[in-house]
Amino acid sequence: MIWVDTILQGILLGGLYALFAAGLSLVFGIMRLVNLAHGDLIVLGAYLILLLVTMTGLSPFLAAAIAIPLMFMLGYGLQKFMLNRVLGDDILPPLLVTFGLSVVLQNALLEGFSADSQRLPAGTLSTASVEVAGINLGVLPLLTFASAVLVIVGLNQLFYRTSLGRAFRATSDDATTASLMGIKPASIFAKATSIAMIIVTIAALYLGMRSNFDPNIGPARLIYAFEAVIIGGLGSLWGTLAGGIIIGVAQTVGAAINPEWQILAGHVAFLIVLLIRPRGLFPRAVD
Amino acid sequence: MADQTNTTPYAAHTGTNASRVAGVLALGLIVVLVALPAFASRSLIQDMFFILTMLVLAQFWNLLAGYGGLVSIGQQAFVGIGAYAMFGVVILAGLDPIPAILLGGVIAVLLAIPTAFFAFRLQGAYFAIGTWVIAEVVRLVVSQWQAVGGGTGTSLPRSATRELWFADAIENLFGVRSAAARDILSYWLAVILAVATIGGIYWLLRTRRGLALAAVRDNIEAAKSVGVDATRMKWIVFLVAAFGTGLTGALIYLQKARISPDAAFSVQDWTAYVIFIVVIGGIGTIEGPIIGVLVFFILQSLLADYGTWYLMLLGVIGIIIMLFAPRGLWGLISDRTGVELFPVRRRLTGGRLGQQKSPNNKTE
Repeated sequence: MIWVDTILQGILLGGLYALFAAGLSLVFGIMRLVNLAHGDLIVLGAYLILLLVTMTGLSPFLAAAIAIPLMFMLGYGLQKFMLNRVLGDDILPPLLVTFGLSVVLQNALLEGFSADSQRLPAGTLSTASVEVAGINLGVLPLLTFASAVLVIVGLNQLFYRTSLGRAFRATSDDATTASLMGIKPASIFAKATSIAMIIVTIAALYLGMRSNFDPNIGPARLIYAFEAVIIGGLGSLWGTLAGGIIIGVAQTVGAAINPEWQILAGHVAFLIVLLIRPRGLFPRAVD
Repeated sequence: MADQTNTTPYAAHTGTNASRVAGVLALGLIVVLVALPAFASRSLIQDMFFILTMLVLAQFWNLLAGYGGLVSIGQQAFVGIGAYAMFGVVILAGLDPIPAILLGGVIAVLLAIPTAFFAFRLQGAYFAIGTWVIAEVVRLVVSQWQAVGGGTGTSLPRSATRELWFADAIENLFGVRSAAARDILSYWLAVILAVATIGGIYWLLRTRRGLALAAVRDNIEAAKSVGVDATRMKWIVFLVAAFGTGLTGALIYLQKARISPDAAFSVQDWTAYVIFIVVIGGIGTIEGPIIGVLVFFILQSLLADYGTWYLMLLGVIGIIIMLFAPRGLWGLISDRTGVELFPVRRRLTGGRLGQQKSPNNKTE
């Protein structure tokens, strides 16, 4: 029974990792940009929510609702004024610019909030649990997982049911031809990054309520997100959820065997998938 | 046809006047660097050691990213494993640290083989994060290695640092104590390593392999179509960079004499700084990292007390350079003046070209 419990916890943890990964996957899918500051942007989102909670006394959920439009605008500006300038055939400039951004964000947060670890006050929610067939499941992990599923359903609807989604797909396939049809790739990219920042803020909300965070944890979140995307296969959002679950289960099972093996087990699971299925479990994109 | 009989035969050259002057100056500089411990303070020697080792790391990262198109964020894996291999054989097998440094390079290559096997399955930016994941795996595994202190780390045994090869001779020569002698010895090894690295990379880039490498970087499909084995070039560059990075890691930790997994596998110290050095100086040139490391050292000396502000400034400078001057400071200088200190471009001279009145060709 303890193993069933461990695996269930791992699956729910995978929901959090899928939330980390969905934004990364979206941006990569549309503009082939890997944002090395993705993890730090999640941490920035968590601090923004924390700031709003402390200033106004709102619950973290309401604070996140205020943070979402702010992060949305930040994403728009970031893409329009910085990242669009470095996109191109050469992968080096966007990598190095987002790497620089990662270092700037980490140290700006250190300067502003110190290295002390923080947590979003979740009240009774943090300890609430429901019993399903003799197993206690935390309400917060369940909520996280449900949010991840909702985000992925929402993104799929956006991609395949709306004209913006059509523009996303067209730009992703061939930006030059799309621009002949009246689509402005630069503006599409800015919208995509803005939407990714909404997901980043949702991920930040659950990250902050579920565990302690400090300015230095961004890169590790980036790595988990990246592993989930690669395991799932590029271009598949449901694959990304599966990838998150695999990392989550590997980590909880690893931790159950030896607490020091938690992170290592997640990485090893990633390497095993890379070894047997180099293109991920559900590859869709050709590259 | 008559005019052709008077012309010199066609030939390809890479040298320029500036490169010949630079060669002479470099020889002079090497002499000064070698003689430095005779009149410099211990802190200057330590600063020079830092500059030279960062320069070597930057040259190898530049070889990877600037010439090989392999943007790695996992080079700290090789710094750390080189250093830990050196500590391991010194502590467990009682080997002298100097030969153990070489072993550090060899072990780094052994680690690079499976690393490349995994990471080469990932393209472009995903390769970058893939190398980072592997570096994390190595750090976590080494943290479990209790014989070298596990997660908290360990120090080189007193006996090993005292009885270092050549240390006695240096103590007598300069009349210094054993810790200072170790600094001087490490410094000399760093000078040798830096000269060998720059010379070796310059030599590699001027050979046929170097030409193939540049072709792969500029256009991989075109390079393949003229018979360049792109995969093989990537393997060569990755393994060479791992060897050099491992050697440097072992040397850095010989001088520090104390190691811990978090320090030896630090992404900030051994990869982030190195990337900024290369980007600020100018990626894809040998001159770039040299300028970059000097700028980096000056910034660090001026601003290190400000900690986070200093790192933020480094990040901002890196972003600005990438946005507005993607070829770095050396790119700006070279574009304005046309100077190349380590030219690798082949220029055709002789024949009818020799008769054209071009100021560049007069000198050939």
